[in-house]
Amino acid sequence: MLKINNLHVKLEDEDKQILKGVDLEVGPGQVHAIMGPNGSGKSTLSYVLSGRDGYEVTEGTATLDGEDLLDLDPEERAAKGLFLAFQYPVEIPGVGNMTFLRTAVNAQRKARGEEELSAGEFLKLIRAKAKTLKIDADMLKRPVNVGFSGGEKKRNEILQMAMLEPKMCILDETDSGLDVDAMKLVSEGVNALRDGKRSFLVITHYQRLLDHIKPDVVHIMANGRIIKSGGPDLALEVEHNGYADILAEVA
Amino acid sequence: MESARKQAQERLAAMGLPQRRDEYWKYTRPDLLTTDDVAPAAILNLDEAPLFDAIDRLKIVFVDGVFDADASDDLSMAGIEIALLQDAPDWADALYGTLEAAGQTPVARPLAALNSANAREGVVIRATGKAAKPVSMIYVRKSEASDVMLHHVIRVEEGADLTILENGPAAARFNSVMEVDIADKGAFHHVRAMGRDHERRAATHIFGRLGHESKFKSFTMTVNGKLTRNEVVLELTGDNAIAHIAGAAMGDGDFLHDDTVFITHDSLNCESRQVFKKVLRNGATGVFQGKILVKPGAQKTDGYQMSQSLLLDDEAQFFGKPELEIYADDVMCSHGSTTGAIDDEAMYYLRSRGVPKVDAQDMLVLAFMADAIDEIEDEAIADDIRTRLEGWLARHRG
Repeated sequence: MLKINNLHVKLEDEDKQILKGVDLEVGPGQVHAIMGPNGSGKSTLSYVLSGRDGYEVTEGTATLDGEDLLDLDPEERAAKGLFLAFQYPVEIPGVGNMTFLRTAVNAQRKARGEEELSAGEFLKLIRAKAKTLKIDADMLKRPVNVGFSGGEKKRNEILQMAMLEPKMCILDETDSGLDVDAMKLVSEGVNALRDGKRSFLVITHYQRLLDHIKPDVVHIMANGRIIKSGGPDLALEVEHNGYADILAEVA
Repeated sequence: MESARKQAQERLAAMGLPQRRDEYWKYTRPDLLTTDDVAPAAILNLDEAPLFDAIDRLKIVFVDGVFDADASDDLSMAGIEIALLQDAPDWADALYGTLEAAGQTPVARPLAALNSANAREGVVIRATGKAAKPVSMIYVRKSEASDVMLHHVIRVEEGADLTILENGPAAARFNSVMEVDIADKGAFHHVRAMGRDHERRAATHIFGRLGHESKFKSFTMTVNGKLTRNEVVLELTGDNAIAHIAGAAMGDGDFLHDDTVFITHDSLNCESRQVFKKVLRNGATGVFQGKILVKPGAQKTDGYQMSQSLLLDDEAQFFGKPELEIYADDVMCSHGSTTGAIDDEAMYYLRSRGVPKVDAQDMLVLAFMADAIDEIEDEAIADDIRTRLEGWLARHRG
């Protein structure tokens, strides 16, 4: 599904290397988690994959189902099935949540040569999906993320993911700012999307999210590289001992 | 009316035509509006349905500034009295030029005096009840080099409710004055769209006097036009009056749009709100000069003034001059003026969800305009305006 090979990335405006050779392969239906200390490059990886401005790839490749991602515009990557749930979802005053989502869903369908959803079809679909995420009609009508609580913003991200039905979902610290109940709700939303084919890359600081969204593989990232990979136990090890041991081990 | 015209001529002679050195003409070249020779302006063949087409309204058509009876509806409707300026009844005759004259201090508005002195066409409307439908003035252009003045006089009687729509390019050079006198508990709604002709020039003035618990709401859309100077001068003379003025302007290239507003609070517990949005690119220029004057004793005034412009490239420019002058101690007045580019974060967010760049930009531009459009109370009219702005954006991509 997602294949990252020797990816090197620096900031566009300054001479600062952030990713220094990331190798990662997420197979169909798999859930991979990336953990790592602050500043290790986790969020940068998610931004580079989704096509945010401000980064320059100096070496390496990233492909989705064999297709090069790095040359595509963000919207093209989205239409190919890549989705990033933002750590800090952006507030957009003046754009209704529902209008935004319908535009996005139909733009992707159009880009893929599929028929666009009618207003009625869309409404039916979004109502059903919003209900399971406890998103009420008012939240759908309000401007995108404006005045939403931290938990509401994250639920809104998962709703977008559910509506857009991507192949490859990247969750960037989706657990940050969530209380226990909200985390459970969001996790259930994510788990409902697991169908054996859709893949997930879950970036998190804490093991607790992985209690809810069970990973197949856990990677530890530090200083712009993946320094260790293992099973779910690796996350437990980090939770108990911190990163110091692992960093010392590979140093 | 002849004596009013003569007095206006005297006012004009005393103040002279606007000059570049005048404080309120610093950003906008007055000569295009004052020269004897009127440069022609190409007439644009419209590729869209007429504005307000689906709105049930009473149509009054002017062609090159002259009333066109054949193209207009019958000038009668329950709740209002309509006449042409040349047939003005006594009340209009008495009102003509008075609000304009009052609005000449403390800031001179010579083009309005010029209008009062010379305008021969216009309508006078007196609302005595709730008008059954909007009165829609349509300004058609047929001549390339027309120089047109219109002067409308409007009186909204106690408890009456009137909506005026205005649209069309009017002339190569257009000078219009609208005097609006709103009695206690009267409500006046105004929505207008300046014409899309690229080379047209316009200077418009609205002078309003608001009585107790009255309401004045005006919205203007401007897309294209070489020069547009829209002045609104209001005096809130009765307690609990409400005045909202909003504007949405979009310009690409040889375009200057100037909103100059002066609101005088002279009564208790009144609310005024100004919301002006401009989207500019490719050398287009925006100007905002807005003033709120709170007179001694005008306690509990709630004044709000917001002027924002979105510059879509490095060549566009915006000049803002917000002013507050307050002589009462128990008031709430706020003002803000911002100039900025499209929000990169919002752009990235929309695109990451699959919305193509051009569509994302259009969405953000319309979102930027939303606060101004929201000032239009009638949903159908607001939708019409929104569609126009979308159409303009679609024509000005890339």
